[in-house]
Amino acid sequence: MSADYEPRIVGFLCNWCTYAAADTAGISRMEQPPNVDIIRVMCSGRVDPVFILKAFAEGADGVIVSGCHPPGDCHYNSGNYKTFRRMPLVEALLEQYGIEKERFHWGWISGAEAPKWAQLVRDFTEQVRALRPLNWKRELESKEE
Amino acid sequence: MADNGKLKLGLYWAASCGGCDIAILELREKILDLDVAADILFWPVAMDFKYKDVEAMPDGHIDVCLFNGAIRTGENEHIAHLLRQKSKMLVAFGSCSHLGGIPGLGNFFDRRSIFERVYLEAPSVDNPEGILPQTSYQLPEGEVIIPKFYNTVKTLAQVEDVDYFVPGCPPQAPQIWTVIEAILGGQLPPKGSVVGANEKTVCDECEHNREEKHIKKFYRPHEIIPEPERCLFDQGILCAGPATRGGCGALCPSVNMPCRGCYGPPPNVIDQGAALLSAVASVVDADTEEEAARIVGEIVDPVGTFYRFGLPASLLHRRKLEEGS
Amino acid sequence: MRKISIDPITRLEGHGKIEIFLDGEGNVANAYLVIPELRGFEKFAEGRPVEEMPRITPRICGVCPEAHHIASAKACDAVYHVEVPPTGRKLREILYSAFFVADHTVHFYILGAPDFVLGPDAPPAERNILGLIHKVGLEIGGRVISCRGMGMDIVGMLGGKTVHPVGALPGGVSKAINEEERAQIEAWGHELVEFGQFGLQLFHDVVLANEAYLDMILSDTFTAPMYYMGLVDERNLVNFYDGKVRVVDPEGNEFVKYAPEEYLDVIAERVEPWTYLKFPYLKGVGWKGFVTGMDSGIYQATPLSRLNAADGMTTPQAQEAYEHFYETMGGKPVHGTLATHWARLIELLYAAERIVELATDPEITDPHVRNVPTETPDEGVGIVEAPRGTLTHHYITDERGIVQKCNLIVGTTNNYAPMSISIKKAAQAFIKEGQVSEGLLNRVEMAFRSYDPCLGCATHTLPGQMPLEVLVRDAEGNVVDVLRQNID
Repeated sequence: MSADYEPRIVGFLCNWCTYAAADTAGISRMEQPPNVDIIRVMCSGRVDPVFILKAFAEGADGVIVSGCHPPGDCHYNSGNYKTFRRMPLVEALLEQYGIEKERFHWGWISGAEAPKWAQLVRDFTEQVRALRPLNWKRELESKEE
Repeated sequence: MADNGKLKLGLYWAASCGGCDIAILELREKILDLDVAADILFWPVAMDFKYKDVEAMPDGHIDVCLFNGAIRTGENEHIAHLLRQKSKMLVAFGSCSHLGGIPGLGNFFDRRSIFERVYLEAPSVDNPEGILPQTSYQLPEGEVIIPKFYNTVKTLAQVEDVDYFVPGCPPQAPQIWTVIEAILGGQLPPKGSVVGANEKTVCDECEHNREEKHIKKFYRPHEIIPEPERCLFDQGILCAGPATRGGCGALCPSVNMPCRGCYGPPPNVIDQGAALLSAVASVVDADTEEEAARIVGEIVDPVGTFYRFGLPASLLHRRKLEEGS
Repeated sequence: MRKISIDPITRLEGHGKIEIFLDGEGNVANAYLVIPELRGFEKFAEGRPVEEMPRITPRICGVCPEAHHIASAKACDAVYHVEVPPTGRKLREILYSAFFVADHTVHFYILGAPDFVLGPDAPPAERNILGLIHKVGLEIGGRVISCRGMGMDIVGMLGGKTVHPVGALPGGVSKAINEEERAQIEAWGHELVEFGQFGLQLFHDVVLANEAYLDMILSDTFTAPMYYMGLVDERNLVNFYDGKVRVVDPEGNEFVKYAPEEYLDVIAERVEPWTYLKFPYLKGVGWKGFVTGMDSGIYQATPLSRLNAADGMTTPQAQEAYEHFYETMGGKPVHGTLATHWARLIELLYAAERIVELATDPEITDPHVRNVPTETPDEGVGIVEAPRGTLTHHYITDERGIVQKCNLIVGTTNNYAPMSISIKKAAQAFIKEGQVSEGLLNRVEMAFRSYDPCLGCATHTLPGQMPLEVLVRDAEGNVVDVLRQNID
């Protein structure tokens, strides 16, 4: 059953780095499965933890947050500093909520690292595929009482 | 309104501790004014009206129902639907009905694991036959029925249509009175509003001195003795004030204890815990990933702390249920 | 069998219903007090930082949150092996004593007094706080509200909030008091001592002076000799905050005296499938069913049992009241459940005297009120007397102080079996041959009421209407008779 489902993954990518890499990867026709729905944000520091929680709550099986490499690449100087201060706490939250850590990836991919993006998409899709669909709302409803 | 011009009031408690009912007592002498203005038609904790009396009322007979307590059992939900039907206005009163409250922490677990602990595993329990409570049981004399214990705690709004929300664990007396006056005077904001609180955060009412925060280490409240004049959060003690709606008077900080968020999220915040997480992360003084991870890694029980009163109301509602729940 | 359901029980803290089954002759075969609620604190405590337990456990009961707050703080002290500085301990005890005054006030004046001041057979329309005020004067209602307020304001001063106070944590309390606060607490304390004496005088003038009431208190229906439990200090005198738990047998002799960490050697809890609440009993005697006496492990934990289990009170006026109580009632121990109301008033006076004693203690404004724990946390038990009974909090943590296991035996729980028995006795006494009378309605409630404080409040000023509906069902569950009181 796990093998049959197509994971739905939401990716929050920063405009200047990872989004550019993803763009390049696409244009270059690097092979990637289509499972990642990309949401472009201006900076990974824009990613409010609530986006990640909402993605899972609304049906995502996996979530990616990716931005520019600290310390020096952030287009806004220190936006990515906010990212790395928040994300460990988001990981801790997800763990306590029972969402497997394999469903959430955050990190840094620069605009010049298109192959790295494509690889991440391939690897992460398979990683999430190996888990069951999360189906957060539907699971909750079916086991309601 | 009744023919005598008095407001027809109902109060009910679901999965509750009774604190919201004592909060009504905290009106002190104003209780006598309330008695002049209102007839209480249903208040199981204080008066002898029964469910049958509510069932016998015409629909919409009760003008205002103050409903406290979370939805934990089938009976809680059933009465929520009944009171909605019989009330013109249904108010979620207090943290439990508003957000899930402390009983909402039960959403880390499910019915099976709770029953196992309470009735089988607890060290004082003497239960060699492994008896568990049953929703229906045949005694020698006849049948006894008890309500179903749900897997998941819910807020009132998650099971019924709610008109207003009065936050707090419990709501503080001055705000309760403000809400009553607003009801009596017909001066309520749009349906679905939070009433009995202000539009800012607890920090606004807190009298501690705030400076810029650069936290290198978080402390649990018993680990240090803070300087009483300074903001507790400045000193590394996690305080939910920045992510909590104000109106309570910042009573906990007034005795040097950090806020834990019982008045719920500030206006326009949909997930209180995520907001508090952001607030906490934003004051972490770290310039490398490793240092940031180390500093926030010291925070224990993040979900239980950031969502102390609002786990059921959070976006995810509860910890994932296991197979066989 | 025909079944009479009283659902829900009202004017109590908590959800409950009574199921009364009648035999073929219409006499009571059995009566069950069914508790349909559970929230699961003993489980969802797991994973919580232990120092948060004094803020989480008060939500077990919003009528006595202070009891949980303090018991929990004491358990945390034990978990961390930390000693509380003397001033910190005394401030906790002031908060606790003030709360005791407020809580006992609510129970006696608004719940219990009407039955006595007006009488159990008084028209229901008069049998409430309004009727009481009419009988003894409007001044009383105002004084009750105001004195309860003083007690609560002391709680608020020390604990921030009056309902669900904060401020007690492992090692002490979070805030010291200054001279102005101290003076205020002392002033209120004196007023509350006077209020305490007033209550006892009221009880004398209105209850004890009336033979009918006295008979009721001494009557067999409301009497059930059993074991009695209460916290005592090293001189075996009543102490709500600290000490050892002493249990005396139905004849008043000490059966066991245990330290908090020994509670598992003494108490066990039974589970029944028809209710969510467990039944504690004394392991040393054993569970013998729903009977009381020397051979049954059922015990009670109430103001009455506390006085029975102790040798006296530590404060002078309360001690005088204590001696007078036993003289009047014919010696120790007293078994009449309704005498609990009197015991409650003696405790109210004691708590008020303690406020004054502590507020005039030379150390009370000392700024050193908390010690930071240094030991590795592991396990601890904290016990206090809640107004409704002995309260036990037991936590096991990991080395970071995160709760791994939690066990709680809560005040009212101690009394679940005794209450069940009292209700059955009352039901059997008043329901005969299928005749359900109005006397049942009130007297069954009176049997219950003396065990538990409740939220009856000044708004319960509806003219005594105790709307009550009793359904009599045949064996198929069809309603064959409906008895109503004050329902149109």
